[in-house]
Amino acid sequence: MSISIRSPRDFCAGLIFLFFGALAAYVARDYPMGSAVRMGPGYFPYLLGILLALLGVVICVKSLVIYGERIESASLRALLLVLGAVGVFAGTIESAGIVIATALLVGVGAAASPESRLREVAVLIVFLLALAVGLFTYGLGLPFKIFPV
Amino acid sequence: MELLANLQLGFDVALTLQNVLYCFLGVFLGTLIGVLPGIGPVATIAMLLPATFALPPVSALIMLAGIYYGAQYGGSTTAILVNLPGEASSVVTCLDGYAMAQQGRAGPALAVAALGSFFAGTVATLILVMFAPPLAEVAFKFGPAEYFSLMVLGLIAAIVLAHGSLINAIAMILLGLLLGLIGADTNTGQFRFTFGLPQLADGIGFVVVAMGLFGFSEIIANIERRARREVVMAKITSLFPTREDLKASWKAVLRGTAIGALLGILPGGGATLGSFAAYTLEKKVAKDPSRFGKGAIEGVAGPESANNAGAQTSFIPLLTLGIPANAVMALMVGAMTIHGITPGPQVMTERPELFWGMIASMWIGNLLLVVLNLPLIGIWVKLLSVPYRILYPAILLFSCIGVYSLNNSAIDVALALAFGFLGYLFIKLDCEPAPLLLGFVLGPMMEENLRRALLLSRGDPTVFVTRPLSLALLVVAAALLVIVVVPAVRRKREEAFQE
Repeated sequence: MSISIRSPRDFCAGLIFLFFGALAAYVARDYPMGSAVRMGPGYFPYLLGILLALLGVVICVKSLVIYGERIESASLRALLLVLGAVGVFAGTIESAGIVIATALLVGVGAAASPESRLREVAVLIVFLLALAVGLFTYGLGLPFKIFPV
Repeated sequence: MELLANLQLGFDVALTLQNVLYCFLGVFLGTLIGVLPGIGPVATIAMLLPATFALPPVSALIMLAGIYYGAQYGGSTTAILVNLPGEASSVVTCLDGYAMAQQGRAGPALAVAALGSFFAGTVATLILVMFAPPLAEVAFKFGPAEYFSLMVLGLIAAIVLAHGSLINAIAMILLGLLLGLIGADTNTGQFRFTFGLPQLADGIGFVVVAMGLFGFSEIIANIERRARREVVMAKITSLFPTREDLKASWKAVLRGTAIGALLGILPGGGATLGSFAAYTLEKKVAKDPSRFGKGAIEGVAGPESANNAGAQTSFIPLLTLGIPANAVMALMVGAMTIHGITPGPQVMTERPELFWGMIASMWIGNLLLVVLNLPLIGIWVKLLSVPYRILYPAILLFSCIGVYSLNNSAIDVALALAFGFLGYLFIKLDCEPAPLLLGFVLGPMMEENLRRALLLSRGDPTVFVTRPLSLALLVVAAALLVIVVVPAVRRKREEAFQE
């Protein structure tokens, strides 16, 4: 009998948990452990990391034995553009100010949905710019730079 | 009559013009965002939290509580009108609520949901008033061992309630606990898991985690789903329930309130469990169970009352023990901390005006909900008819501004992005993110209490089973776990989540 992945979902989840658990335990090893009476900063995270890694292994093994569901197809466009929009906002808000950051976020973000229409997006950008500047910056007093200068 | 004096103090605080206004604003904004399909209370609170920073603590908490039940209620409106549950607790409302809406009876469904919720909210507030002080007394007897065991119980309960695989839920909690430890260790000042980034020294903000896991990832998933499913919206003709409707639903409201209030108090509980249990109960006691799913009004009245009662009583563990019972309460802990309040039994004695003011405001908030939702239903319907492709860029913008303004930090926005990616992976892999958030908030508290308990017992781990209160809590936790692992119950649980 050959080994095959019977539950792709669980297998991937198990790998993720194994990765984070092993990483945590590995990093925590460098912190002082202390003893049960006087726990060092490494004690609890090391314990948790080992447990998480073990659970990851168990979930992976389980996925080889028990049949489960396949992973639904992902829309790369939605994923990349939504997260990209957030990234662009994070990257421009401090240097370029709220106007450019908002316009870019809404523009890039709207492209994530195949249903978006150019004219609607343009109107939306104008509307949200007014809100971002009028309500958030002036109204609520958030310390945004408005323009790059 | 200490109780009356307390209530009076509460209403004195809550009824100031300023606080009524903030309560109204909270309920209004909460409903506004909560009505939008695909945004649950956690994402709503995370998004609106920064708006409360500038307020004095009492007003901020009053507004936040308002946002919470506003969002909760808004989710029910969406469930009834467009068959899209905003979050788990309104899933069952979809079944009969949407069926009623399709038969042109959306109005009565909404009215019964609102009135049932109001009644349940009133009763739950009274329960809070009566049970919080004695529970806080008990809490003062808690040592670190008891706190640790209580948190274990809470986490186990959260695992039991998460849908999907149990073992995945446990792993999600562990991951959350670990993420919570990021930053400087409180005892030694040692930086942990900061990977050399000074921005991580204070740990990751809970809003950052919540926004990524519940906000961004949901938006991506919704864009995907939207491409496949068109939403049909029901029309509202008349709001008034008929005499038969009222006759059929008042008992369901009573039963739902009782079940919801009871289950809400449990650690790990909250609105969701109550609404499922109430629906099951209504089906059991009905003379003709086959009507359910086809527009039985009891199927709306019971769960809606239950989830509102549960939403209210789940504040009890938070306010008396300082332990959040679910993801929403975990956010409230964060919000209180930002305002310099450590949740726990001392709040009631040290800040009575805050404690009782918040409780009194809950009742006012519930009243405002009825006022908002029945006459203003037209506005929410209009809002629901705005296509998602226009809504989500706006939601995205408000979320980013919200996260940024927490610390005026672009790094926070970038971190939220990373959690958005992680959350999306978890959606695809069918791992529920709520246990992770709970673990995230409890992580540092658990470590602290574990350390203290073992320090006091000189490293003897049996301290958790030799102290009676601690033992009792652990026994309940173990029992819960056993019950769920037993096959028969497990099947039931799966059925319940499938409905």
